Amino acid sequence: MAAIELDGLERRYGERVALAGVTARVEAGQTLAVLGGNGAGKTTLLRVLAGLLRPHAGAARVLDAKLPDERWKLPGRVGYLGHEPLLYRELSGRENLHYHARLHGVAVRRVPELLAVIGMDRRADDPVRELSRGMVQRLAVARAVLHEPDLLLLDEPRANLDPAAAELLEPLIGRASGRTRVLVSHDVSGTLAESDVVLRLKQGRPAAEDEDLYR
Amino acid sequence: MIGVTRTILAKDLLLELRTKESVPAMTLFTLTVYVLFHFGLDRDSLDGELAAGVLWVTLLLAAVIGVARLFATEREEGGIDALLLAPVDRTALFLAKASGLFLFLVAVEIVAVPAFDLLLLGPGLGGTMPELLPVLLLGNLGIAAVGALVAALAAETRARELIVPLLLLPLLVPVLIACAQATEPLLRQDQGPEDLGRWLGLLTLYDVVFVLLSVAVFDYLLED
Repeated sequence: MAAIELDGLERRYGERVALAGVTARVEAGQTLAVLGGNGAGKTTLLRVLAGLLRPHAGAARVLDAKLPDERWKLPGRVGYLGHEPLLYRELSGRENLHYHARLHGVAVRRVPELLAVIGMDRRADDPVRELSRGMVQRLAVARAVLHEPDLLLLDEPRANLDPAAAELLEPLIGRASGRTRVLVSHDVSGTLAESDVVLRLKQGRPAAEDEDLYR
Repeated sequence: MIGVTRTILAKDLLLELRTKESVPAMTLFTLTVYVLFHFGLDRDSLDGELAAGVLWVTLLLAAVIGVARLFATEREEGGIDALLLAPVDRTALFLAKASGLFLFLVAVEIVAVPAFDLLLLGPGLGGTMPELLPVLLLGNLGIAAVGALVAALAAETRARELIVPLLLLPLLVPVLIACAQATEPLLRQDQGPEDLGRWLGLLTLYDVVFVLLSVAVFDYLLED
């Protein structure tokens, strides 16, 4: 059984078509790279796969959940790292991770372990608003993998990270994590190098291999 | 579900303690309105229907401020997405938000009711507090249930500042009537708790209906 199966997936915002005719198949443990320029529908695709948006046409099956009818099967099985870190700015990193651990029913002792892994144990009690973007991104990664999800949906996961931090997070969100991943990035060569399946999008539709995605 | 409700509520109370965005604004608004009435009505003291009306209309308008801010942090910092991604019953979010608003209202009233007494009442509230307390608590419960529902409904809309008062205030008319009618005899010079039981019964019925209704429809409000 594939981890993700999409067949003619479509999603609209009112009259505007954000995604149409998207077809892909990703086996468990594989990485799907989603490439495309601004407004190509990459974030919409991630949100549909996370169960946050309802697909309007076509077939979509994620982790054996048929969307949209079986969206209820997805919460707790997907790790979503989007543009927003989903962290409260007035809470510290530790408080944020404790909160998410309780929501996911994860033992809170995993929080200090993760803080050490992402190299944030010394700044863990500072409010998120006082942290640099790179530090917030590290916490967002910890938040996304806290509950050991089967599927990782990663939108520019290395944004704002210096090379050392990116290396630190590799076991959590990189190929070494062993998880099924959907990876959105503007770093085309880097993304292609770590992907098994590639989906090229232009204005919400699949693009041919020779088509320029960014013009 | 109770554990998740407690987790969300604790987070909301901690955020309010740190940001002080809702309770101080609601309290200051209430005090300002009582001061305005004190000078605007140009009377030494109010009693009966007028006093009850001033007390409750001001508290309802202060509640609008709290309701408008109830989902602000979730909306601005992705809290709703985080909850939808977690394996939690969405009813827990409603219960936590309604409980938070209830506690905010209690905090406001701890300051506002004595201020109302000081600025606008002749006879004084001291002796009537045992009767007034259940009216306040049942009124708060109704406002909290409807407020959490309206706040969730408005959270994802652009015109939320307009939608909150336009939806909330008409829905709270029965609460206003029952609370004002229950309070009116307590604030009369010749006070006596007539009909208090009837109005408390109506408030209880309203609260039960709106808590159940909110629990039933809350899931759908968060759906895409």
